[in-house]
Amino acid sequence: MKPEIITGAEIVIRSLQEENVKFVFGYPGGAVLNIYDAIYKQTTFKHVLVRHEQAALHAADAFSRATGKVGVALVTSGPGATNAVTGIATAFMDSIPMVVISGQVPTHAIGQDAFQECDTVGITRPCVKHNFLVKNINDIASTIKKAFYLAATGRPGPVLVDIPKDITAEEAEFIYPKTISLRSYNPVIKGHNGQIKKAVELLVNAKKPMVYSGGGVVLGNASESLTTFVNELGLPITSTLMGLGGFPASDNKFQGMLGMHGTYQANMAMQECDVLLAVGARFDDRVIGNPENFLAKPKKIIHIDIDPASISKRVKIDVPIVGDVKNVLDDFILAYEDIKKTHNKSIASDWLEQIKKWSDKDCMAFKDDGSQIKPQRVVQTLHKVTNGDAFVTSDVGQHQMWAAQYYPFDKPRRWINSGGLGTMGVGLPYAMGCQLAFPDSQVACVTGEASIQMCIQELSTCKQFNLPIKIINLNNRYMGMVRQWQEFFYENRYAESYMDALPDFVKLAESYGHVGMKIEKSSDIEPALKEAFGPKLKERLVFMDFITDQSENVFPMIANGKGLSEMILAEDL
Amino acid sequence: MRHIISLLMENEAGALSRVAGLFSARGYNIESLTVAPTEDLTLSRMTIVTSGSDEVIEQIIKQLNKLIDVVRVLDLNDGKYIERELMLVKVKASVQYRDEMKRISDIFRGRIIDVSDNTFTIELTGATSKLDAYIDSLDSDSIIETVRTGASGIGRGDRILKI
Repeated sequence: MKPEIITGAEIVIRSLQEENVKFVFGYPGGAVLNIYDAIYKQTTFKHVLVRHEQAALHAADAFSRATGKVGVALVTSGPGATNAVTGIATAFMDSIPMVVISGQVPTHAIGQDAFQECDTVGITRPCVKHNFLVKNINDIASTIKKAFYLAATGRPGPVLVDIPKDITAEEAEFIYPKTISLRSYNPVIKGHNGQIKKAVELLVNAKKPMVYSGGGVVLGNASESLTTFVNELGLPITSTLMGLGGFPASDNKFQGMLGMHGTYQANMAMQECDVLLAVGARFDDRVIGNPENFLAKPKKIIHIDIDPASISKRVKIDVPIVGDVKNVLDDFILAYEDIKKTHNKSIASDWLEQIKKWSDKDCMAFKDDGSQIKPQRVVQTLHKVTNGDAFVTSDVGQHQMWAAQYYPFDKPRRWINSGGLGTMGVGLPYAMGCQLAFPDSQVACVTGEASIQMCIQELSTCKQFNLPIKIINLNNRYMGMVRQWQEFFYENRYAESYMDALPDFVKLAESYGHVGMKIEKSSDIEPALKEAFGPKLKERLVFMDFITDQSENVFPMIANGKGLSEMILAEDL
Repeated sequence: MRHIISLLMENEAGALSRVAGLFSARGYNIESLTVAPTEDLTLSRMTIVTSGSDEVIEQIIKQLNKLIDVVRVLDLNDGKYIERELMLVKVKASVQYRDEMKRISDIFRGRIIDVSDNTFTIELTGATSKLDAYIDSLDSDSIIETVRTGASGIGRGDRILKI
C-alpha cells in the first residue's frame, strides 16, 4: 500500500478522528491557521467557535463531565494559551479528562520572544496531568495518542499538546498507533484482595458505619456499583459536592451533602461514625474542615482511590485500597457475598436512629413569607419543573451551594460545577458543553449576577449554535458568598462585594437574540420557570433574572478551620 | 529527617523542571538536587536530598511517582546506602598558611588540584556531613570560594535502582 503523505495539520485532524472526537471547542489564531484550514476541509467533527478561549476549555470540560468522554479544545499560541489556563486548571482540580491542543510559534522562532509566543508548556506544567511540545512532525500522531491515553486513564486530567506552526505545514506519512504503553505510567486498576476483605469485614462489624462518596465515583462510572453495595448493607451515605448524583439523593439512606455547607446529619455522622468508607474522595479542607478535629473521635477509615497520592494526604488511612473505584466496589460486592453466609447482622438500629434524630433538626429549612424571592425556593421550583432530570450547571458562590443543596440529583453526571478550583464564569460555557452533548435534554445554568458576567460573551456562541439553555440568574446584587463571609467574619464591612451598575439582563439577553425575563415576585417563580421550560420556548435560550433577597445566607456553615461538628445553623442566628 | 531520594526518569526536555516545579508548588524542601544521564541514554538519574516528617516524605515519593516522566523512585533511607558529594574549595594559601592548609586537606583526604602564589584549590569527596566538617575546620576568612555538587547516592549490595 502506498504510504499516506499528509500535512502536520491534517495529521492532527486525522488523529482526532481516530479518537472518535465529535466536538472540538476552540478559537483560531495565527499559529493554528494550518490546523483550522484542515478543519475547514473535514466533516467528521463539529468545531464550536467560542468567544473567548476560557469558554472553549470550560465547554470541553463540561462535555467530558456530562458524557464521560475526553473533551477537546483547540487554541492558538500566546494569549490563546494563557486565556485557556483558567479552564485547564479548573479541569485539573476536578480530574476531568481533556486534550488541549495549542498552537506554538514556528520551531525556529521559539525562545526569540516572537509575536504571540509564550512558554505554554512551562505555564501549564503545574496544572496539567502531563504536557508535550511536539518538535517533529513524525511525533504528532503518537503524541496525540499518548495525550488521549493519559487524559482518560488512571486519575484523569487535562493533557496539553503544544504544536509549532511550521510542523503543521510540513508533510509526513500518517501512522496512528493502535496501542500505547509507557514504561513510567501503569495505573493500578484492581484493588488488593486482602485489603478489600478486611474493609468489608470492618464495615460489616461496625456499630456506626458511614459512607462518604466523592467525585471519583462519578468520574469512575461507579454509581451503580456503589448503589448496589450500599443498598446491600443498608449503609448511611453522604456525598461531597463533586460526588452528587453518584448515589440517588431520593434514597432515604442518603444524608445529603457534607462539608462546609453540608447537612447537619451528614456532618455529625461523619464526625461520630466508627468506620468510615471513603470512595473516590480526598478529605479536602472544604469537606472535613480541620483534620485534627475530624480525628478527635476515633474511627477506622477505609479509602478507595485510583490515586495513591490521595491516600493519607490529609488524614491517616487505616485501610488504603488503590484501584479503580468501580472495579474495587465490584470486588466489595463479591467479598460481601462470601461474608454474608456467616454474618447476618443488620446495622445497629440505634445508629440509624441517631442519624434520624440529627436529620429531624431540618437544617435546610428556610424562612419564606413570600415577600421576597428566596433563592432556595427558586432552586426547589426548578427541581419540580424539570422533574429533577435536568443537567444543572452552576458558577461559584452562594447560588452554587443552593443548587447543590436544593436540587437533589438521582443520576451521576447531571450536576456540573467547578468544585476544586472554584472558577466563577464556568456556568454558561458548562451549559453549552452539556447542551451540545445532549441536544434534547433540559439544561439549566444556575448562576449569579457576578459570576455570569465573567463569561457573558458566550451568549453569542449560544445563539450561533442554537443552544436552548435556561439561565437562572439568582440576582442579589452582591457577590453573595463574599458578602456572607464579610457579614460573619468582618463585622459587615462589605468591601467591594456589591454589584453596582448592573446591566439590564433582559435587554442584554434580547440583544444577543435570546429571551429575557425579569422575575421580582415570589409568586412568579413557578409560572416563569414553567414558561421558560415550556413548549413555546423549547428552542430558545431564556435568561431569567430573579431578583432575590439580598440578605439570604447559605446554611449550615462551618467556618474556615473549624471541625465538622461546629456548624453554624440558620436557627442559631 | 533528612532523606536521599533517587529516581530514574525519562531523559526528556522539561523533566527536570517537572520535578523542581513539584517541590516548589507543594512547598517541599530541596537541600540539593543532582541529575545526569545514565548509561542508558533514554534515562536520567536524579538524586534529591530533602527533609520532612515521615508523612511529608511519603507524599513526596507518591507525588514523584505520579509524574509521567518519572520511571522509578527509591528512598535510599529505607535501607543501606552510600552517599558521596564532590566539593571544590579555593582557600588562601600564602606562604605562612600553606603547610597548615596542606595538613588539614590531608586529614580529610582532600587533593590539591590547583596551586597559585596565594591559593590552593582542594578537591574533596565524601558524605555531605564530611564536607561540612571540613568547612567547619577551616577559618572562615581563609575560604575564598566553594562549589559543591550535591549528594549522589546508591544502595548497598543488592539494593538496585534500575528498570
